[in-house]
Amino acid sequence: MISQFLRLEWKQYFRSSHWQKGIALKVIMVFFALYLIVSFLAIGVGGYYLIKKEFPDVDPLQMVNSYLLYAIFGDLIFRYLMQKLPVMDIKPMLILPIKKSKLVHYVLAKSSFSAFNIMGLFFYIPFSVVLIREGYDTAGVLGWLFLIFLIIQSANFLNFLINKNNIAFGIIATILVALIGLQKFDIYDVAGVGGQFFDFIYANPIYSFSGLVLLIGLYYLNFKELSTRMYLDGAVSQKVTEAKSADLSFANRLGDVAPFIKNDIRLIWRNKRTKTVFLMSFLFLFYGLIFFTQEVYKEMPAMLMFASLFITGGFALNYGQFIPAWDSEHYKMLMSQGFRYRKFLESKWILMVAMTSILYFLSFPYLYFGVDIFLMITAGAIFNIGFNSLFLLYAGSFNRKRIDLNKSGFANTQGTSATQFIIIIPLMLLPMLLYWIFNKFIGGNAGFIAVAAFGIISLVCKRYAMDYIEKKYIQDKYAMINAFEKKA
Amino acid sequence: MITINNISKKYEGAEVLNISSIEIPTGQSFGLVGNNGAGKTTLFNILLDLIRPTTGSISNHKVEVNKSEKWKDYTGSFIDESFLISYLTPEEYFDFIGDLRGMNKADITSFLSQFEEFFNGEILGKKKYLRDLSKGNQKKAGIVAAMMGNPQVVILDEPFANLDPTTQIRLKKILKQLTEDREITVLVSSHDLSHVTEVCERIVVLDKGIVVKDIETSTETLKELESYFSV
Repeated sequence: MISQFLRLEWKQYFRSSHWQKGIALKVIMVFFALYLIVSFLAIGVGGYYLIKKEFPDVDPLQMVNSYLLYAIFGDLIFRYLMQKLPVMDIKPMLILPIKKSKLVHYVLAKSSFSAFNIMGLFFYIPFSVVLIREGYDTAGVLGWLFLIFLIIQSANFLNFLINKNNIAFGIIATILVALIGLQKFDIYDVAGVGGQFFDFIYANPIYSFSGLVLLIGLYYLNFKELSTRMYLDGAVSQKVTEAKSADLSFANRLGDVAPFIKNDIRLIWRNKRTKTVFLMSFLFLFYGLIFFTQEVYKEMPAMLMFASLFITGGFALNYGQFIPAWDSEHYKMLMSQGFRYRKFLESKWILMVAMTSILYFLSFPYLYFGVDIFLMITAGAIFNIGFNSLFLLYAGSFNRKRIDLNKSGFANTQGTSATQFIIIIPLMLLPMLLYWIFNKFIGGNAGFIAVAAFGIISLVCKRYAMDYIEKKYIQDKYAMINAFEKKA
Repeated sequence: MITINNISKKYEGAEVLNISSIEIPTGQSFGLVGNNGAGKTTLFNILLDLIRPTTGSISNHKVEVNKSEKWKDYTGSFIDESFLISYLTPEEYFDFIGDLRGMNKADITSFLSQFEEFFNGEILGKKKYLRDLSKGNQKKAGIVAAMMGNPQVVILDEPFANLDPTTQIRLKKILKQLTEDREITVLVSSHDLSHVTEVCERIVVLDKGIVVKDIETSTETLKELESYFSV
């Protein structure tokens, strides 16, 4: 039985859309994963020495211990927001001759291996190894590590019990805030007491087994709870959200592109992934803070141009690169309706331009960093509006990957192909190069002017560009319909 | 009038459709039957210019479907759920399609009011997105959308599948009314022999992409079809 389950897991993993990708994307993703792992390892290994260096008179283990309590509550909040019990996977098995208790154990055991539980270990394990190497008591460190492992697992199961219960979440959040407050205003030494507890475990590792009681208790509660709710209208149910219709009649003024604009606004707001893209574009506004505040980049104006493009281009870039794949689910229907393709493309263009303009207005506070920076952002915005929005539309005609709108937004690379990597060159490198050349060899404001002029020229040529883009889309229609049919 | 001329479709050497000639006069109710893989949906997709035929051409009211897009203005269709926009409510979806088909708000409202009985109170005003509706209700929305904007040609792939018995009967009534004035051509495919024989005056049987029967519906037709498929 267990081997059957494991085989299913294996297939689910390797047949998931993560792996059904081009080799280039796989390589990049593996590199990214390795990068994350190495970073965590580096913190784990280097953490000890770092603390030692910064606070020579504090014992690194005690230092870590005093903050563990915060880490645990922080972890719980993070889990509450992000982690879900993988209960849907067992829906097809409910009608098979498998004992319900076994299914429940399977779901719970599976959750034990979730990334939420493993990530932290990349810090704690190397940290422990370093501790032992540095002459700490081996049994003590192992006991300490064991308890932390148990606590992580307990947090895992506690989270499912809380199970999106807002009151419980409120309590946890309040406790965390209260703990921080108590510490901050010197009312009660939380860090000290928390630290003492973990120090005590280190000194008496045998007591780490007390965590086992907690874990078993929580597991048992989960088991009981879930066993009674293994029904389609219980735990194994899909949530149906109530539809909320906002009044979008203001868009009617846009004439015959209005239906598409309204549709796009709803598309963005009602689907997880597009919503993430939309909200993220406001985060990109702060991108400049990383660059403009550091002295190093003052010497590298091309990098500042790069940042400036991102400040206003967050939406156009992230949304635009997947046009028209956002509509891939119903692309067939659109293609059987009588409208000019131009209208469809025009609506996407208007959306990108409108959002870029809004982001530009929101970027005015960057004046704080001086007029030069602001001019750079302005040039970037003009370039984004003039050239990038048109180029993204053109690049979109090469998109051949379906996007399932209902899949989650974070770190979702569905729909990504080589196109997305190649288009970065003209989108980002071209303006950087333009700026660099004109800034270096002519100087003064020539850099901004060159970038802005390029944007304006593109905007002037919009009609011709659109004619060309429209033709390309119509020409590639069948290939797109065919590709968008294929589910990843 | 729809003229199908020498249409064939090959995928990597395997031929999935090969029709030498079918003519569907205006106002006819045309039924397409055949087992899975017979090529019904492929034919409809070619008719809607969603896939390209390997050879041949189809013209819809004298417009060759892959040369001009004029036919889109008078052709309504519903092939499968991918014709729905999953994140819209049914009302918003009808507004969208109505907009594209040149209807104003009042047109849409009065158009939808005809289908109150067909919707059976399960579509409008339910505060649900199309993706959260049941298969049958999704189908109802799609079928009605295909009839928006006074189309001359209505193409429905498997309209009876997933519908409840009451709705099936109501749909048959609607389809019959559509062709009553001999102005609207209706093309329907189905696995349900009794439904198509009831609705369609002409039935074409496809098998592995080839027309094996082309019959005018009579009282004998259902028996004939049943005996054909029971082999």
